Amino acid sequence: MSAPLLSVRDLEKHFPVERGVIFSKVVGHVRAVDGVSFDLAEGETLALVGESGCGKSTTARLVLRLLEPTGGSIRFAGQDITRTPASALTPIRRAMQPVFQDPYASLNPRMPVGRIIAEPMEVHGIGDDASRRARVEELLRLVGLAPYHAQRFPHEFSGGQRQRIGIARALAVNPRLVVCDEPVSALDVSIQAQVVNLLKDLQQRLGLSYLFIAHDLAVVRHVSDRIAVMYLGEIVETAPKSALYGAPRHPYTQALLAAIPVPDPVRRRAQAALGGDVPSPMNPPPGCRFASRCPHVVARCREERPKLRPMGEGHLVACHRAEELPIPAIPSLAPHPPSPAVARRLALAAERRVSP
Amino acid sequence: MAGQGPLLAIEDLRTVFRSSAGDLPAVDGVSVSVAPGRTLGIVGESGCGKSVLSLSIMRLVPRPGRITSGSIRFDGRDLLTLSEGEMRGLRGGSIGMIFQEPMTSLNPVHTVGRQIIEAVSAHKDLSASAAKDVAIDALRRVRIPAPEKRFEEYPHQLSGGMRQRVMIAMALSCEPRLLIADEPTTALDVTIQAQILDLLKLLQQETGMSIILITHDLGVVAEMADEVAVMYAGRVVETGPVNAVFGDAQHPYTLGLFGSVPRLDGENQSLLAIEGTVPPPFALPPGCRFNPRCGFASDRCRSEMPLLRPLGPSHQAACWHAPVEAEFG
Repeated sequence: MSAPLLSVRDLEKHFPVERGVIFSKVVGHVRAVDGVSFDLAEGETLALVGESGCGKSTTARLVLRLLEPTGGSIRFAGQDITRTPASALTPIRRAMQPVFQDPYASLNPRMPVGRIIAEPMEVHGIGDDASRRARVEELLRLVGLAPYHAQRFPHEFSGGQRQRIGIARALAVNPRLVVCDEPVSALDVSIQAQVVNLLKDLQQRLGLSYLFIAHDLAVVRHVSDRIAVMYLGEIVETAPKSALYGAPRHPYTQALLAAIPVPDPVRRRAQAALGGDVPSPMNPPPGCRFASRCPHVVARCREERPKLRPMGEGHLVACHRAEELPIPAIPSLAPHPPSPAVARRLALAAERRVSP
Repeated sequence: MAGQGPLLAIEDLRTVFRSSAGDLPAVDGVSVSVAPGRTLGIVGESGCGKSVLSLSIMRLVPRPGRITSGSIRFDGRDLLTLSEGEMRGLRGGSIGMIFQEPMTSLNPVHTVGRQIIEAVSAHKDLSASAAKDVAIDALRRVRIPAPEKRFEEYPHQLSGGMRQRVMIAMALSCEPRLLIADEPTTALDVTIQAQILDLLKLLQQETGMSIILITHDLGVVAEMADEVAVMYAGRVVETGPVNAVFGDAQHPYTLGLFGSVPRLDGENQSLLAIEGTVPPPFALPPGCRFNPRCGFASDRCRSEMPLLRPLGPSHQAACWHAPVEAEFG
């Protein structure tokens, strides 16, 4: 296998917490990202999944060098970019572009869409006015919009259309890596499906790599090749899609999957919900960070921090008890196909799709 | 439940927003009901009118919106005929409400305890110490650990899940017979959502209250609801018992929602997205409001609005072509 496009090792980001108004002093650190390592191959989609505060978005920002890492290293396309000065980052930034969560806040309301999409090309000095205009038209078509949309302003578009504009802007400079930070979580389910289909289609056509930040494990199953589950600044489990959904090994991954309500009333979630809240990242527990909520906790978990250990083909788990614990049956993962009547109607609807 | 009248019955409700372009209907001829101790799930996407419907029940529709016709019978009385004073007695009393954003629904400058006491005192004449007991008891009932300690805390000291528990405690402190929950878990993480849904089910068993659950999440509806109403552009397009609506979905919009949801149990190769967007109330198409996005749409759909018609026991859908396999299969 060739070298990965993106390689992150022991990445850390600690935010100082200050107290006092005039003589402020640092009273502690929030360990937002605390030793995260992963690789992303060319053309692959890696999802970082977890709940609020697990550090997934901070990790994305560190990779994009929008935040300065406290420790660790980031290699992109064979080059160590961890400490590259801002002045030398421009060519690197051209090759990695972000798509943000909020399609309302991430587009400048005073700029027509054509300028929004052309701006990255201007910044990177690509082409002249005429060629940029042609490229904008091409990009608008690529993301399912029309060339005449270039003259309009963001407020004239719906959320899903705005997210298409954000994607067109990211693609304007032909990036190799697109970092998608919750790109569909602000959208309604039918619109979410449109954008997910678009992202998958673009990946096939353009050979893009995605670092996909999300909290919705059902969306993630649909878009990614590999998944890394984060909890309180750490990766607790990483695996290819089939292994993660087929045999989740970490108790947190299992709880996360089991908590998802299934859209089928005959398969209601039976297990009791995971208790407690995520502890503060300011003073994480000394041992396993999930120990305070884990149903399988033993004394060792509270003392010793588990490291990611291999558990089979590309499957890493940070749990002391990963080998001995049985893999529970998780109702949300059990097949729950639609009823024959609904399946038949869905097939008819698929045949008679309205073209976009 | 057979033989028992509904606790709340909405008939042909119409709520419009007045504008320079005329009256724009946000809720347009909606009829739904919920029986004692049961849960009605109202599903739909942004702009379908589900939140305006819930505000209409409470008679809290903000100006320039107003209810122009229909009736809302709660426990035999038409809420639309009550005086503002009588209505105030019901809000937060017999009808409780919880919202999506537990941070903005709580006052940041008062303790949690004081806010619950305020809610209790609005409906019951209690001494200060008795009101405090009721408040602490309410916190205990929503399974907040150390309720005496939490009573003294401010909202910012609580996590999102804890804040939603406080909102539920506040709604329950006056023993409502109906709880309206508008996207109660949308802002929460999935493990916390599971806790809150479990809590709502438990409290419903304990108190026998009815719940109207408004959500965009088909999973949440499938898990919680006894009856379901699917809304699109201000109208109910399909309604029935939860097993019928999920197991025998008839309306192309309901089918579209099912096809859009990425499945956790396997891979659907390409999601069956519904192309286009929900029409705004000022640009409603003639005929069936879903027709521009519907693959089954015919000339009739483009000119005549379909009404709900029965397709099974208490199962209704508003589609000229349902069941679609009879005509297109």
